[in-house]
Amino acid sequence: MFNKEFEAMPLPKMRELQRERLKWSLTHAYANVPHYKKSFDAAGFNPDTFKTLDDLRRVPFLTKQDMRASYPFGLFAVPLDKVARVHSSSGTTGNATVVGYTTGDVGVFAEVVARCLAMYGATEKDVIQVAYGYGLFTGGLGLHYGSEKLGALTVPIGGGNTERQLMLIKDFGTTMIACTPSYALNIADYLEKKRPDYDIRKTKLRAGIFGAEPWSEQMRREIESRLGIEAYDIYGLSEVIGPGVSGECSQKSGLHVFEDHFYVEIIDPDTGEVLPEGSKGEIVYTSLTKEACPVIRYRSRDITRLYYDGCACGRTLVKMEKVTGRSDDMLIIRGVNVFPSQIESVLMETEGVEPHYQIIVDRKGALDDIEVKVEVTEKIFSDELKVLEALSRRIADRFRSVLGISAKVTLVEPLAIPRSEGKAVRVIDKRTI
Amino acid sequence: MNVTQLSIFLENKPGHLQNALKVLSDKKINILTLTIAEAADFGIVRMIVTDAAGAAAALRDQHFTCSTTDVLAIEIEDVPGALLKALESFRKQNLNIEYMYAFTEKRGGRAVMIFRFDDIELAKKALQTEGYNILKKIDIIGA
Ligand SMILES: [Zn+2]
Repeated sequence: MFNKEFEAMPLPKMRELQRERLKWSLTHAYANVPHYKKSFDAAGFNPDTFKTLDDLRRVPFLTKQDMRASYPFGLFAVPLDKVARVHSSSGTTGNATVVGYTTGDVGVFAEVVARCLAMYGATEKDVIQVAYGYGLFTGGLGLHYGSEKLGALTVPIGGGNTERQLMLIKDFGTTMIACTPSYALNIADYLEKKRPDYDIRKTKLRAGIFGAEPWSEQMRREIESRLGIEAYDIYGLSEVIGPGVSGECSQKSGLHVFEDHFYVEIIDPDTGEVLPEGSKGEIVYTSLTKEACPVIRYRSRDITRLYYDGCACGRTLVKMEKVTGRSDDMLIIRGVNVFPSQIESVLMETEGVEPHYQIIVDRKGALDDIEVKVEVTEKIFSDELKVLEALSRRIADRFRSVLGISAKVTLVEPLAIPRSEGKAVRVIDKRTI
Repeated sequence: MNVTQLSIFLENKPGHLQNALKVLSDKKINILTLTIAEAADFGIVRMIVTDAAGAAAALRDQHFTCSTTDVLAIEIEDVPGALLKALESFRKQNLNIEYMYAFTEKRGGRAVMIFRFDDIELAKKALQTEGYNILKKIDIIGA
């Protein structure tokens, strides 16, 4: 454990620490950010009246829209001369959110990422290749600082340029790579098509640190078997801090949330009510130590559940289920709730189908129309029409039985679906409602 | 010896066939015959070319999905009813044809047809029993 004092803290002590820090965070936000002053007042909440953790339920939520409306620096709780760094989401004009970090916040960010890396078994002896994009996106710098804090040899290669990634893995003896799971699959594709001579199993690469987009257990198995590595999930949101809000331990049975810095609640996304322990719902974050940009009850839109039943790894930190869906990614198609992750699971179960897919939702007349584009690789290609037609029928049948909707399955050429070195665009919703 | 057919997966979109043909043209690969099987959104282009392996490698390099398959090139008389007669004799031999198409050029007054059978070795034996001339690669493509 990187920081046993906090990661294995007895629960009563952790709750008391959270209560104290929460009071500080609420007071800090209320005193220094006009948005919080206004919203707390409107809800009749004064941080002075905060006594127990349950009192947080009286505090209004912070939404993504609130953050956008505060662009660029409206939610900063310290003067700009105390802000050491900014990150921003990739939104277009009117959609971007900006988060600031004091030197202290940068330190916390590095600490939580270092704790994640240690959970995956990394030590100062490891060589960690950071293949996330560097820049305003939190992935690159987040992993970079965490890796340095751990004392590992940090390779700041950034995203893309697969040939160079492979060269450095071999030449530098990289033991861990950090990137998006879809980029990991790109690397596997590249090896298969372009570099059959490159045996990745003969390199020192043993683990991957994957995050920044939801990914399924099937995708984990696929990455692990094709690259011959252990695939670990790192989770985070730039609004909360970036990657390192939670991470998987060796058990791969959920992600430990660093509760000494982030307080989590599960709510019903429709009513906003806090749900009982163990329920599935939207996870809401409150920062406990952030100075520059406190987030109070931030609606993440990520759907998960929390496990409070301890862990074989010895950490007392609560575990969250791997996030495979977002409530705002959730598509409502002809009244049926569909998560892109379910579509991905169906495709991954189909022999030979690679997880390069795109979901296009449109409205034809009064009816929603869903089309799933699947790339045809040589594994599934046939010179016989009937074989390909049977394949798309089989996939469509699975959609009907698993999702309860009928979808049009369109077979497309390789690379017809735009690749990204960062986040893959899985869903295009053309409906105007 | 069988003839190697090159099959390419293409979306039914303007320009896609041209893109594939350009790859072959750049490699100076000649197309001897070509047929397209079409579904609603995609098609499979099947062709006999001068260098199937070279064509497949070049196409893969440009991210096309393609494959090579063994097919039989059979000489058939160029008279009315000849194809019907051929199909009847294939049926007699219980041969299952997946698909077939013709060569545009004739060979000494006889037509050449390409057949894709589900079991090529079985088909070869049966066709020889029926007295059909199975062309060799060299007969079609040239030395
Ligand atoms: Zn654990």
